[in-house]
Amino acid sequence: MPTFGTYALLLALVLSAYNLLAGAVALRQIATRKRGRLSPERLAETARRAGIACFVAVTCGAFALVWAAFTNDFSVAYILHHSNRALPAPYKFAALWSGQEGSLLLWSWLLAGYGLVVRLRHKVDVKLSAYASTILAGIQVFFLLLVNFAAPPFALVQGAVPHDGFGLNPLLQYPEMVIHPPMLYLGYVGLSAPFAFALGALMMRYPGEKWIHITRRWTMVGWLFLTCGIFLGAHWAYQVLGWGGYWGWDPVENASLMPWLAATAFLHSVMMQEKRGMMKKWNVWLIFSAFLLALLGDMLTRTGLVSSVHAFAQSSIGNWFWPFLVICVAVCLFTYFLNRDHLKADHKLEALVSRESSFLFNNVVLMAACFTVLWGTLFPVLSEYVQGNKVTVSAPFYDRVAVPIGVFLLFLTGVGPLLAWRSTSMRSIRKNLVAPTVAAVLTGIVVIAIGVHPWSIFTSTPGTFYAWMTFMLAAFVTTAIGSEFFRGARVIQKQTGKNLFASVVRLTRRNTRRYGGYLVHFGVVVIFIGLAGSAFNQSVEKELDFHQSMNIGPYRLECLDYSEDTNPNYDTEYALLNVYRDGKFVTQLDPAKRFYQASQQASTIVAERSTPEWDLYVVYAGKDPQTGQPIIRAHLNPLVMWIWVGVLIVIWGTLIALVPSMQPGSANEAAKSLGKRELVTAGKAES
Amino acid sequence: MKPVMTRLMQFAVAPTIAIALLLSMGATSPNVRYHRIGHELMCVCGCNEILAECNHDSCPDSPVELAELKADLAKGMTDHQIFAAFQAEYGATVLAAPMLTRFNMVAWIVPPLLLVLGIVGVMGLVRKWRLRAAAVPAAANVEHFDHLRSRIRKETEL
Repeated sequence: MPTFGTYALLLALVLSAYNLLAGAVALRQIATRKRGRLSPERLAETARRAGIACFVAVTCGAFALVWAAFTNDFSVAYILHHSNRALPAPYKFAALWSGQEGSLLLWSWLLAGYGLVVRLRHKVDVKLSAYASTILAGIQVFFLLLVNFAAPPFALVQGAVPHDGFGLNPLLQYPEMVIHPPMLYLGYVGLSAPFAFALGALMMRYPGEKWIHITRRWTMVGWLFLTCGIFLGAHWAYQVLGWGGYWGWDPVENASLMPWLAATAFLHSVMMQEKRGMMKKWNVWLIFSAFLLALLGDMLTRTGLVSSVHAFAQSSIGNWFWPFLVICVAVCLFTYFLNRDHLKADHKLEALVSRESSFLFNNVVLMAACFTVLWGTLFPVLSEYVQGNKVTVSAPFYDRVAVPIGVFLLFLTGVGPLLAWRSTSMRSIRKNLVAPTVAAVLTGIVVIAIGVHPWSIFTSTPGTFYAWMTFMLAAFVTTAIGSEFFRGARVIQKQTGKNLFASVVRLTRRNTRRYGGYLVHFGVVVIFIGLAGSAFNQSVEKELDFHQSMNIGPYRLECLDYSEDTNPNYDTEYALLNVYRDGKFVTQLDPAKRFYQASQQASTIVAERSTPEWDLYVVYAGKDPQTGQPIIRAHLNPLVMWIWVGVLIVIWGTLIALVPSMQPGSANEAAKSLGKRELVTAGKAES
Repeated sequence: MKPVMTRLMQFAVAPTIAIALLLSMGATSPNVRYHRIGHELMCVCGCNEILAECNHDSCPDSPVELAELKADLAKGMTDHQIFAAFQAEYGATVLAAPMLTRFNMVAWIVPPLLLVLGIVGVMGLVRKWRLRAAAVPAAANVEHFDHLRSRIRKETEL
């Protein structure tokens, strides 16, 4: 099987190289109207088919590696280092992305998959798809070069083959680890498709605006996966790392946030291009940036350029990444300067207080946030270069610099939709802003009344102040979004006579993009509320003997038992705790610590009771070596559940926005309403 | 436009004054300081975790650092003195964020500066475009109105 996999990847490289070269030659011939022995159209078709075949070949390679993991083929060095016989089946599958070589293969496979969709859907726009397919093939060649020469996943073990493997990193032996990396990679790799379409459209000086619609849809797909990946990672960190938090501003976490921010900026500013033919140059660079930042993020993860807790995939592969990144930037710059006259705006901004300018400010803030994350991530390297010593840029830096930017962004989320295109009058601002402002002020007062004191900004961390601001702005944005739905639904209600809920549904279906977008904004608000809760986290650590207890917030934790257990994969130490709230029994928790035999590493199994109010998060921190009693660390983390609920709303909103809108008076809607009228008539007749 | 701007400025100034007033209040307790400073320092064992959050098994360094922090607080040292003592003992990487000294100040200044420049830039750009648009007289003809009508439909879709 390793031989099969190796040859499959080599074949994939040859096919993608052919796709790139033949595609480029064909497009050049079409552009210059020169013809060779083979017509450029037929040459482009062979390139497209080579791209499709490349997917089959990479799939064979990925299958061979998974097969090696399932059959415990420890002659393959990668399998030896990332699997063992006792590893449960789902984690054997996850071995595909648990190390450098496998994750590069996963990247190549996903890229080939996206390429397959582009190539199969080429009739959407044959010429633009040919450009995109060729550009994707260029990226594919790079990643296949990596898996064939720099980090081959099928490299064989030298000497005698060991009987068992070294096992999978215990931190990765968690159900979400089977989903989080593929989701994140689907997001990262997904940004290649809009990049290919945008670069292709610029290269061919695409007439019209169709390319921007195609690019926007592809970006939404990539953005959705990236969102899922980022938050699955946050949830995994919360459940597995056991430090009580979900985001540590680690460079690798930051690496995923940067392209997400750039893609978010694009998804906003693209509306200005679609509606008013503005911001064309800016949009092209946003989508280029999102792709380049995804590449940079991938490079940071793999090269160890900056210190990170994600150290499992570090190597000298940066020698390959840097030139590729430079080539990509050079291609973007060259294509842009050659064709920038094609990106002339149709209109100019007419007023400072308008929807357009709110998008502009939104973009500035999003890109400032993106730059802050990039700056904080790379500053240690810069400091070492300038001062000769490395510094750490961790959570306190981002709490002071990035959090205020985030709060400002939340404010813009509320204001933007209330402004009209082109220009907004003072009267309109007053009319639209009154309700949200009143809601914000009332919320601010209520929040102070229940004990959140923003003036504690200097007695502790600034978190309390930002949390107070966030709660107020959350009320502001929610009221603004609610009033948008209400206003639109009232119009529909007057037209159709249906109830308000049915009118909201119809309104959303008529403009899925706009109202799906509002739902996404609402989800973001809910996430922000959850994030604000972290300002009030509490934690207590105590050694507990049988029937001893500890208190945190309204909870009392009583130690019922502590013991040990073993199975072929790991040994476990755990404690059994009864949880009481205000004297009443609520649940039983069993925090544990596992010690994996193959990898000789420990991992934490957190026990938690999650409610909308707070999470009681309990960690088995180890045993006291003298007394043999368990040390229990309990965290009380307010509002964490809101984050996960918010993400679900974001996903729901994005899916709605991806569905095409139903036009008012369309045949479909008319038929349905006719059908319903007939049913009503029939019902009346029957009664 | 001017009244709009003036009112927007008022909206911006009022919260700024409120924040400034809030900043002038408050005092610090030792427990809160221990928690806060524990979150401003790193564990030096190589785990790249915040000192107060380091939780891995048998960490050789975090208990020692936390004990030092407690001792420093008991001695009545100021935040700055504690940071300087830790930096002298463990190097600059023990601080979770760069201090406001010489080149490190650049880390703190550049992102907000860029944001302010971006916002000022956008305001300037809008002003420039607005003036340019006002200087060009609009041509009124049937074709123009057709174009305008389709644009209005596009821009005001529900």
